[in-house]
Amino acid sequence: MAGSSRLTSVSDWLRPQQNRMIVLLVLAGVAMLIPLVVNNYVLEVLTNAWFYTILCLGLNIVVGYAGLLDLGYAAFFAVGAYTTGILTSKFGVNFWLTIPVAVSCSMLAGLIIGGPTLRLRSDYLAIVTLGFGEIVRIIARNLDITGGASGLIGIDRPSIFGLELSRGIHFYYVFLLLAILACFVSYRLQNSRLGRAWQYVREDEDAAEAMGIGRVAVKLYAYVIGAMFGGVAGCFFAVKMTAISPETFTFSQSVLILLGVVLGGMGKIPGVIIGAFALVLFPEVFRGLGSMRMLIFGIVMLVIMLYRPEGIWPQKQREM
Amino acid sequence: MALLEVANLGLSFSGLQVIQKLSFAVEQGTIASLIGPNGAGKTSVFNCLTGFYRPDSGRIDFNGHSVIRRKPHKITRAGMARTFQNLRLFKSMTVLENVKSGMHCRTSTGALGAVLQTGSQRREEALITSVSEECLAFVGLLEQKDRRADTLAYGDQRRVEWARALATKPKLLLLDEPAAGLNFDEKKELITLILRIRDELGITILLIEHDMGLVMKVSEMITVIDYGAKIAEGTAENVQNNPKVIEAYLGSEDGEDVL
Repeated sequence: MAGSSRLTSVSDWLRPQQNRMIVLLVLAGVAMLIPLVVNNYVLEVLTNAWFYTILCLGLNIVVGYAGLLDLGYAAFFAVGAYTTGILTSKFGVNFWLTIPVAVSCSMLAGLIIGGPTLRLRSDYLAIVTLGFGEIVRIIARNLDITGGASGLIGIDRPSIFGLELSRGIHFYYVFLLLAILACFVSYRLQNSRLGRAWQYVREDEDAAEAMGIGRVAVKLYAYVIGAMFGGVAGCFFAVKMTAISPETFTFSQSVLILLGVVLGGMGKIPGVIIGAFALVLFPEVFRGLGSMRMLIFGIVMLVIMLYRPEGIWPQKQREM
Repeated sequence: MALLEVANLGLSFSGLQVIQKLSFAVEQGTIASLIGPNGAGKTSVFNCLTGFYRPDSGRIDFNGHSVIRRKPHKITRAGMARTFQNLRLFKSMTVLENVKSGMHCRTSTGALGAVLQTGSQRREEALITSVSEECLAFVGLLEQKDRRADTLAYGDQRRVEWARALATKPKLLLLDEPAAGLNFDEKKELITLILRIRDELGITILLIEHDMGLVMKVSEMITVIDYGAKIAEGTAENVQNNPKVIEAYLGSEDGEDVL
């Protein structure tokens, strides 16, 4: 395939550290300056893409690094969003103070669901996480404090150094910065003792155990860190939208995030970013097709998966 | 006191007695072997020792502590490392990355240290790399460290597994059929390697092996089992002349030759 070899040669060129830094700086520059030249609609779409980048990178830690299939990731995102939503709108807590609380709550949710279930092997885990995702949504739908089916409205916009974050461009930069932070954290984790442990467990659980790696603890780590990413994204999502409802956190939301990870290439940071962008941009670009666009989106994904089952981003080439 | 003491070990799978009242000991600094015909329960014993199976009864004391029914990774941390009968490398990772896995239980940096890249994290990473490289050099594979593990020759893949086990800094090394699939020269190298591990690194060794020549050459103490029970014990010479062993083990080897 011509496309594939071109992508491989791009990745060859990207191998030296220096070339990588150049590309990263150029991309960061473009991302920083782009709001100055585009209209509000495009800005909104790009903001959304950065938002999904954070979620996909979070799920990538669970699915890509540790190899655990999670079908209920939206739950962690929901816990973050609702914690911030409730604390700011019902108790008048300053937004910035809700972040640590929301992150702790989503990490706790990760522990609660992960603790008893991570002993299961992958297929069972997928079903349990699916159930957990639905439980969280249904709880949110039925409690008074979460506003029931209509959700929470009137969540205050936060301000920083006297500037109220209310315009599209503000949130563009907020989500861009968070996405960069998420990349940085993912990158550091990937190349660490813990990152390697995830890979060992993913490749062969028993051999990893025999090497002195506690598989349950290592998986739980991945789960909790993934939940943390979701929680942070949820906090900022709540204040950006100023309203949240249980229908934002459905099973299809979880699947969409998973799709971004798989589409771009599990375990590969640039791949996951491309996946997140594809997820958001494709339906927008083909808006003109009307009701056909989701069908075409589906077909395109099918084709990508058929020809590049490892994801869009090329596999790391190693010296033979 | 012996480094490893097994007493009255019993294991059964849905009514089938796989190991019965097995007792043996491995003294510090020795090379011991566990032998027996196919299906005698040797690998099951290994799996009990390393925590992969949960024995029904008995005692396993390692280095003065009971390790029975503990999790495999805790047993490895306590200083008992193993290799597998069928290679269990992390196939898509490099040789060096494979060996680094052994150092996991000897280090401690978590997520926060990794993200912040603290001084202690970097020192620890450097230590992991240097110890892993030493282990690779010890088995003679340092030049191959950046290759993908599954691209190595079979004999070399075995040595990666050894290096990986050595990187856990074990007191006792359990080798499950180390000579399986090796040719004559590789077997000779293997014997040298086993002796070097004991003599240079001071690691006690317990091995399961089919290759009688190798077993007789390196072992100082041999335990023979058949149908999960001990039928003989002693030095190579003792065991070779034991009529029970000849009946159970050497008899079956003739059978194998016919096949």
